Amino acid sequence: MVRKRLGTWDVLVVAVLALVVVASSVLVDGFATSRFWGFLLLDVIPIALIALPMTLVIITGEIDLSVASVLGLSSAVMGQLWLSGTPLPLILPLVVLLGVACGAVNGLFVTGFGLPSLAVTIGTLALYRGLSYVVLGDRAVADFPFSWTGTFIEPLPGTTVPWVALVVLGLAVVFGVVLHATPIGRALFAMGNNDQAATFSGISVAKTKFWLFVVTGAVASLAGFFWTMRYASARADNGAGLELAVVAAVLLGGVSIFGGRGTLGGVLAGVLLLITLRNALQLADVPADTLTVVTGTLLIISVVGPNAASMLRDRLRRRRPA
Amino acid sequence: MRAIRNGVSLLTLSALLLTAAACASDDGGDTPAAGGDASAGASGEIKEGLSVAFLPKQVNNPYFTVSDNGGKAAVEEFKGEYKEVGPSEASASSQVSYLNTLTQQGSDVIAVSANDPNAICGAVKQARQGGAKVVTFDSDTNKDCRDLFVNQVTAQGIAENQVKLISDQIGGAGKIAILSATANATNQNAWIELMKTELKKSEYSKIELVTVAYGNDDDQKSFQETQGLLSSYPDLKGIISPTTVGVAAAARYLSGSQYKGKVVLTGLGTPNQMREFVKDGTVKNFALWNPADLGYLAAYAGAALASGIITGKEGEKFTAGKLGEYTIGPDSVVVLGPPTVFDASNIDQFDF
Repeated sequence: MVRKRLGTWDVLVVAVLALVVVASSVLVDGFATSRFWGFLLLDVIPIALIALPMTLVIITGEIDLSVASVLGLSSAVMGQLWLSGTPLPLILPLVVLLGVACGAVNGLFVTGFGLPSLAVTIGTLALYRGLSYVVLGDRAVADFPFSWTGTFIEPLPGTTVPWVALVVLGLAVVFGVVLHATPIGRALFAMGNNDQAATFSGISVAKTKFWLFVVTGAVASLAGFFWTMRYASARADNGAGLELAVVAAVLLGGVSIFGGRGTLGGVLAGVLLLITLRNALQLADVPADTLTVVTGTLLIISVVGPNAASMLRDRLRRRRPA
Repeated sequence: MRAIRNGVSLLTLSALLLTAAACASDDGGDTPAAGGDASAGASGEIKEGLSVAFLPKQVNNPYFTVSDNGGKAAVEEFKGEYKEVGPSEASASSQVSYLNTLTQQGSDVIAVSANDPNAICGAVKQARQGGAKVVTFDSDTNKDCRDLFVNQVTAQGIAENQVKLISDQIGGAGKIAILSATANATNQNAWIELMKTELKKSEYSKIELVTVAYGNDDDQKSFQETQGLLSSYPDLKGIISPTTVGVAAAARYLSGSQYKGKVVLTGLGTPNQMREFVKDGTVKNFALWNPADLGYLAAYAGAALASGIITGKEGEKFTAGKLGEYTIGPDSVVVLGPPTVFDASNIDQFDF
């Protein structure tokens, strides 16, 4: 039953996305252009990237709100390393290591001390953002060579699709396979449904969750590297507030905030729906405040929608056999 | 089963994406600069019907609302189409997405106040390739990105103005302090350095700058720093706070203290923040550029570029409506003029 319901939400999100695409192509000038989609995909990349591990985290019933701050800290550290003369090919692995460390701190507090991830990562959200200001202050480091910054927004030859989007798609396939076609994936769902039951069935809940936080940190720092390259500017405030867009997209994609339910395909559709709608409305000259209202409403619908639908179904089902 | 279905939905998605991106790949060659007439105004006249977009650091920010409305007034004068778009939070990345949107819409003129001098550079270049003329105002990008920068004031202009305001009020002699923003704020430090140079002039020889305090552009911190300045230097005659947050916080502290009317405060502030302190006698005068004029000038500069009257080279001249004639300086910069001084006689004419 649960699986069937999930399927319907997936289909619904994809259908709404298709509807938005069709309607905007007709109604919004400049929407049905390759240039629009090129720009859109560049906006999608960091959110989609972080949404991948976030999906897994939320499915286990946890959350990581520190991702945007890890992105900012990575950016700030990148800037500082570059100032001190470190070459970019060395900065990349160092920044990923930093992400791993940030994730490990989150994971340790959550699994080692048994603290709620919501509280822990609100704390590290502030901590990592604070550290990024300690590292770089309110300066911006922007003298990265164009041979690097230009490369990261380069489209595939003959298209406007940025090549990085394909890398993200590749990663999405990996995360999708892990989540939906391996014993690890099944364990993640089991944890989200019932931690204790999962423990008794021989899954190391703590260890798995710890590594999930580590992976999330690493991916967030990769997103930070991309962000810095795309905007050619390392700043402590990079990506501030991005965690909300990521969580909104994941929930919109049908992942239950209580854990235990969700699909990666749905999440990708959720990310695309959120950004497509935002950019289309922006192109139609809808003011920024209205945009925020639309995003907020979508988030509420995505949290309430699946729950209301399942309640309705349960009620109908109970009536039928009687 | 589930794995298969997810595989399918992934595939559907990627297909959807790729078709969407590919279906229109042949329309990229469109020149979106079809807004105005093709014939450049050789006579030096601004073309009618130019589409002019204002992209502030942040919408619903009172300062930018005033400057953008100044731009709107100018656009109405030369019969263009005005619009204001922008992010609700002052971040560079969201400005990039608005610049991209304006590029797709084929704007003739984009007037932008940059949240980051570098982060929006690429998007500005793309907008220019798409046919738009890009003017920065208030906050510049790197000079090779944009066509023209409309600077509100020069650092020298601010330094001269601030030192003169304080000197006139303390009678040209006594100890003064500066309440700045953060210790590494580029603008602030440049101004403070020039103020120090200014103070070396003979007419200011009896004024002593005792210290520079940092309120971090935080209301509470600035408030406490003011308190600290007055207790460390009991014979302090005056404070210059060249930051809107600092000057308002310092005024609030002074107005509720024994120093009200005794210690002089001036700086850079907005009339709305400072009105009550001017009326209750805490502050006699302070300065700032007029943001409405700044937006007005930016709109005219952009229109002059889009009409072919100027190209952005040093020494070129154009007329900006009621503000008169301007000449482009080095690095393609146009300076609005000396700051406007606000006092009890004129403060009620301004609402920002």
